[in-house]
Amino acid sequence: MQPSRTSRPKSAILAGLVALGCIGLAVATPMLALVAVAPAMPELSADYLDFVWSITKFTLLQAGLSTLLSVLTAIPLARALARQASFPGRQLILRLLALPLALPALVVVLGIVEVWGRQGWVSTVMQGTGLAGPLNIYGLTGILIAHVFFNMALAARLLVASLEQIPPENWRLAAQLSFTSGHVFRHIEWPVIRSVLPGIASLVFMLCIASFAVVLVLGGGPKATTLEVAIYQSLRFDFDPPRAVLLAALQLALCAGLFVLGGRMATDIVVMSGVGKQVRRPDQAASRRTDTLVITAGLTFIALPMLAIVLSGLAAPFGVIVSQSVFWRATATSLVLALTAASLSLVMAWSLLAAQRTILRRRQPSRAASAFMSSMQASGSLILVVPPVVIGAGWFVVLHRTGLAGSAAPVIVAVVNALMALPFALRILRPAVVGQAQVHDRLCASLGLSGLQRWRLIDLPVLARSFALAFAFAAALSIGDLGAAALFGSADFVTLPLLLLQKMGSYRSVEAAGIALLLACFCLSLIWMAEQLKTEAQSQ
Amino acid sequence: MLRLLTVVFAVLMAVALPASAKDKLTIYTYDSFTSDWGPGPKIKASFEATCKCELEWVAVADAVATLNRIKLEGASSKADILLGIDTSLTAEAEATGLFEQHGISTENVNLPVQWTNKTFVPYDYGHFAVIYDSEKVKTPPASLDDLVNGDPEQKIVIQDPRTSSPGLGLLLWIKAIYGDKAGEAWTKLSRRVLTVTPGWSEAYGMFTKGEAPMVLSYTTSPAYHMVSESTDRYRAAGFPEGHYMQIEVAGILKSSQNKKLAREFLAFMTGPGFQDHIPTNNWMWPAGKTSDALPDAFGKLVKPAKSLLLSADEVNANRKAWIDEWLKATTR
Repeated sequence: MQPSRTSRPKSAILAGLVALGCIGLAVATPMLALVAVAPAMPELSADYLDFVWSITKFTLLQAGLSTLLSVLTAIPLARALARQASFPGRQLILRLLALPLALPALVVVLGIVEVWGRQGWVSTVMQGTGLAGPLNIYGLTGILIAHVFFNMALAARLLVASLEQIPPENWRLAAQLSFTSGHVFRHIEWPVIRSVLPGIASLVFMLCIASFAVVLVLGGGPKATTLEVAIYQSLRFDFDPPRAVLLAALQLALCAGLFVLGGRMATDIVVMSGVGKQVRRPDQAASRRTDTLVITAGLTFIALPMLAIVLSGLAAPFGVIVSQSVFWRATATSLVLALTAASLSLVMAWSLLAAQRTILRRRQPSRAASAFMSSMQASGSLILVVPPVVIGAGWFVVLHRTGLAGSAAPVIVAVVNALMALPFALRILRPAVVGQAQVHDRLCASLGLSGLQRWRLIDLPVLARSFALAFAFAAALSIGDLGAAALFGSADFVTLPLLLLQKMGSYRSVEAAGIALLLACFCLSLIWMAEQLKTEAQSQ
Repeated sequence: MLRLLTVVFAVLMAVALPASAKDKLTIYTYDSFTSDWGPGPKIKASFEATCKCELEWVAVADAVATLNRIKLEGASSKADILLGIDTSLTAEAEATGLFEQHGISTENVNLPVQWTNKTFVPYDYGHFAVIYDSEKVKTPPASLDDLVNGDPEQKIVIQDPRTSSPGLGLLLWIKAIYGDKAGEAWTKLSRRVLTVTPGWSEAYGMFTKGEAPMVLSYTTSPAYHMVSESTDRYRAAGFPEGHYMQIEVAGILKSSQNKKLAREFLAFMTGPGFQDHIPTNNWMWPAGKTSDALPDAFGKLVKPAKSLLLSADEVNANRKAWIDEWLKATTR
């Protein structure tokens, strides 16, 4: 029994080392490549530097305003939803709030234009009533609408989850003291909101800084460009790596700075603990009318663009779409990428966690082991500091220098997508892998199970659901990704979001609507399957 | 389960990989050229009838983007011909060293200017113009200066000069008129710009859909509405300062494996088999003889008071600096 017990931990640590090395390589290679082309910097003109300064300011401005608006609208919505525990369709509304983040950004943009564009529903109504002229969606306005759509829903869900954690004694006390709504907010709700708000706000800010598809389509020109989009343009429009280096360095500095400042960022975005507890509250009846109003308004804002996606999608000429070979190639490419990225992400997450589990078993880990441990933990959230477009830009430079751009592009996109999914995969798998270890270690030791045998008989059955859940999330993320794929897109390499962008660009909007609906269905069915697995796993 | 996944994966891979090319001429061009209503499909049919080969159009957003794509792909590009860049880009394209001399006779080429370039062959030409919707714009801009200084609430859609040849055309047009003051002109004009699209198709689509009452296009664009839709609702605004001219060209890539076929295509391009499809499909002036006379609509178009065209070398030397000036001016 002794030999097998020592051989397994070693291989687990080795796997962890390999995973860590691969992640390091995948991120460090492009960084080095960007540094290598940096000497060409003097080519940057004063005009261009002025432009870079303007878009840096704009990047921060739009992210700041988006965060402010998202959080300010999320607070009343979350309060209303938490207070009205028996609101009709509340569970459905809470699930609806989870949808925006699961949808590919490009698809959402299409829905938003349909509702808020100059020819959209809102403009039509406004012009019909003669209240105002058509809305101008291009520029800051459109970017803010889209970002609030994504992040108000996210923030509200996170806030509802926190508000539901308030112990029932507090409500009993509030009833005895006959608290008004204002008292409840000041003494009970606000302290809870305040404690989670910095984490939520910094998460939203980070997501808005790195937002790509929204700004690309709704920006409407240089005036409303962000660093993320400018990196893409410097490579795809100008083919000018030194410019990409400057922009990537700025973007990196912004993200790293924010990560340090907002260390408490809520990374458990999609893997949130369940919401939807029914808490009886004394202030429910009194505020019913205003809450209904707030919930209806929030719901309308979230539901309209989704409805637009479905309606215009259903009217699309699917016969034309499916008759195009490029559609089938794009679908197949997207699926292959998603499967590869998700598998890669899971393998990396498993290797890291298995190594961590092995180290945690030791009573007194050596200093080297502790350092290894913390670097493994940090590697998981690396992608939040180093945006995918920056990694992609670096690899873009490497591949074009080596002439491998055509053949290696899909591999790089898959790797970048896998890295994007890694924080979530780790989050989902950690409790299962590390937590279960303590429970099963002794059992396995007494049965003499180890290595593959243990993996097959003990670990796999327990982990299967978590694995499937992580896999579905990673695949959905990869299918909807535009940023990494956009850098490498070519006639031979088209993904579904890229095809959608092309169709929008050539103004085949009816075909675009159909592809958008299909893309949304892909992502939602993956997330739906994941949700089913999660509830099953929880009820076990 | 694992075996099933492997099979699914293999099938998907097979679909994802493009079919291998055999005796096929691959031409990169802008997307409006290859659309159903563009000249691409008809030219493909008429060339394939003579060459016993297969012609494949690969559409890349807009003209400048097609050249960027060629630069990105370098010697590994699968393109045999690049069709659709204009004279603002020919010098830059030649400087990449990726193109070779066409080596065909250009006696059939008929342009308002003398054609001497040895690498590229022209296939059509036109003049950029602001097209307006006469139902929404009662007093169209009377000059370029009027356009620059006009009502900011009256919007125009323009194209990005980094990806689109009309976008680059407007950049050069403003440069040709305003010179050192081009930056200030752009700052003023940008107040009227609803959005900057990466390509012409998207901009023109937004215009006809009613998103904006004006769009940057060509003096020949109204001919499309007159011939295909029998309406003169969409009109070109004539500017006394002159209109910037565009000559669209095609060239052969050094990396092409089908150079003989590519030269055949360029020669075919100067004849009626190709030129017949230009006026009423690409809606530009043909650069060679057509079988029939042009439709009457072409006689009713705005005639530019003056043709503006900067030399290819001057544009090549300054394009980057002028685009930076534009970036700065429009973000101010």
